Amino acid sequence: MVAFDVPRSTVRLRATGLATTIGKFLVIVITTYLGLLAVTFFIGRVIPIDPVLAIVGDRAPASTIARARQELGLNEPLCWQFVIYVSKVLHGDFGTSVLTGNPVLTDIRRVFPATMELATLGTLIGSMIGVPLGVLAAVKRGTFIDQTVRVIGLFGYSVPIFWLGLMALLVFYARLGWTAGPGRIDVVYEYTFTPITGFYIIDAIIQRQWDALRDILSHIILPACLLGYFSLAYISRMTRSFMLNELEQEYVVAARAKGLSESRIIWRHALRNAAVPLVTVIALSYAGMLEGSVLTETVFSWPGLGQYITNSLQNADMNAVLGGTVVIGSVFIALNLISDLLYRTLDPRTRAR
Amino acid sequence: MSEIAETNQSFRNWLLSERPQSRMQARLGRFYMVWRRFTANRLAVLGLLIILALLFVAAFANLLAPYSPFNGDLATTRLLPPGGAHLLGTDDQGRDILSRLIYGSRLTLYVVLLVAIIAAPIGLLVGTVAGYAGGWTDAILMRITDIFLAFPKLILALAFVAALGPGIENAVIAIAITSWPPYARIARAETLTVRNSDYIAAVQLMGASPARIVIRHIMPLCLSSLIVRVTLDMAGIILTAAGLGFLGLGAQPPLPEWGAMIASGRRFILDQWWVAAMPGLAILIVSLGFNLLGDGLRDALDPRGSNQ
Repeated sequence: MVAFDVPRSTVRLRATGLATTIGKFLVIVITTYLGLLAVTFFIGRVIPIDPVLAIVGDRAPASTIARARQELGLNEPLCWQFVIYVSKVLHGDFGTSVLTGNPVLTDIRRVFPATMELATLGTLIGSMIGVPLGVLAAVKRGTFIDQTVRVIGLFGYSVPIFWLGLMALLVFYARLGWTAGPGRIDVVYEYTFTPITGFYIIDAIIQRQWDALRDILSHIILPACLLGYFSLAYISRMTRSFMLNELEQEYVVAARAKGLSESRIIWRHALRNAAVPLVTVIALSYAGMLEGSVLTETVFSWPGLGQYITNSLQNADMNAVLGGTVVIGSVFIALNLISDLLYRTLDPRTRAR
Repeated sequence: MSEIAETNQSFRNWLLSERPQSRMQARLGRFYMVWRRFTANRLAVLGLLIILALLFVAAFANLLAPYSPFNGDLATTRLLPPGGAHLLGTDDQGRDILSRLIYGSRLTLYVVLLVAIIAAPIGLLVGTVAGYAGGWTDAILMRITDIFLAFPKLILALAFVAALGPGIENAVIAIAITSWPPYARIARAETLTVRNSDYIAAVQLMGASPARIVIRHIMPLCLSSLIVRVTLDMAGIILTAAGLGFLGLGAQPPLPEWGAMIASGRRFILDQWWVAAMPGLAILIVSLGFNLLGDGLRDALDPRGSNQ
């Protein structure tokens, strides 16, 4: 029974260990987020467009300009301006979009589900195909299958996503007519289909509009497969490397010695151990997709956050650009940290002792 | 014949000698070993050939290009399909696409090299200083690195270019600002492994200043892993630059930047597919070349991590 008698000091040590872990985590979250805001703030300050002139116009009398400067807080010291900016962003105030006339946050709320829907489907496709491919490549290491998976991955790392999207549109939409073209849904459904959640697939299922659902799926399949392919390249490569690492371990030898079937060893024993780092890889590839959405959405005229940002860019609508950057950056940081946290909590070996 | 074979054999022995007589011999010997490992990988050699071809094309663009990249004949050569006098066809301005691609290789190389020249030294400096100094310096520098690492690269580059104004120089700056953090991480990791070794202690005893130790004795050891990483990143840099060009934020027309060429070909994609297809193929081939070369270099320079 001695073994169960844990000394007091160890308990306290564990508690403080947890506290420092949480404390460190908070410091990381806060500094990273402040860093992001500092960069967007800096970008907002170096733009050659004078925010005052953008509001009052260049014919305004000097007194109006002075008042606008005062109201925008541009006379305050720079660090105080940064504090104001941070508090505004934390309240969800990114200013007003010049292009749409709405508050930027309202715009982003409207377009974000489209990006999420696409990225989620893309990640699903990428991991459902990428993980088995990676496992296969690791098991058949050095064979033709391994080489093929490697080439598929290399191609994915090397091809410009917007170009592949254009070519996919050309072949599957224009020439073969297998899928629908750019956009999320056909104009025909514009007045009969009402978005509720903003996720069109879910909306169509809720409202039992099966025709609309088929049309939506036919629109989303091409960009989703495209994004899926890019995450597949990354996921299969990482899966292969994790699996190779696991298959060298002694427990695999032990399992073989016990006479377990090879498929059981691979899928139940090795893959389970590789699953923990894989979760973080999938989370990271999801984050990468939000980024890749800027180019994909432009090609497919997908009305999501990426297209919103590029449209705003082309119209010098800096509030919208920086707002979109902060939102994508925040999701990116959150996913990064969540994957890090998942890694630590899912794998008992990495837990603080 | 046998004499030549014999000298070859003895040269090989000289290279692989376990007791090199001079630094030169040791260096050549090590280079030979890396070269042998590198050339054993056929895909890596293919990558090297692609990059050499790119360098060649960029250097002799004015001799190789059959037509002017900027001027076309709007009356007779507009949107011609590939084949005949124009091997890859012509674009909407009547310009020969092959000539534009050949000149565009210069822009691609310019962007890639400039980003590498700006970003790699920043990363090297930050990483080695952080790793050697340790303590608070390390904590602060690495926190900054991690902050930059957590950013979405393309989006940040977009925002930077939006603020600085479109153009190829600004695209380079934007990409460089977002791509140095991994280099700092690598340089720091390498520094930590050599920091407590005996030869560093010996240099310290001889009274070398920290700056001298970092620059003369630590940085050279970080170079090989840094070069591998930079080569592997070059494909990504090309793709980002092309993406910025595609969005109209990189090189401006009439410069024959490949990404911008795809963007201008997008309008004719349904009927004149080659206008957009050809530049994309060029990007694909070149970034594939950098990826293959980088993979091969990594395997050759660092046999331990070859199964990764």
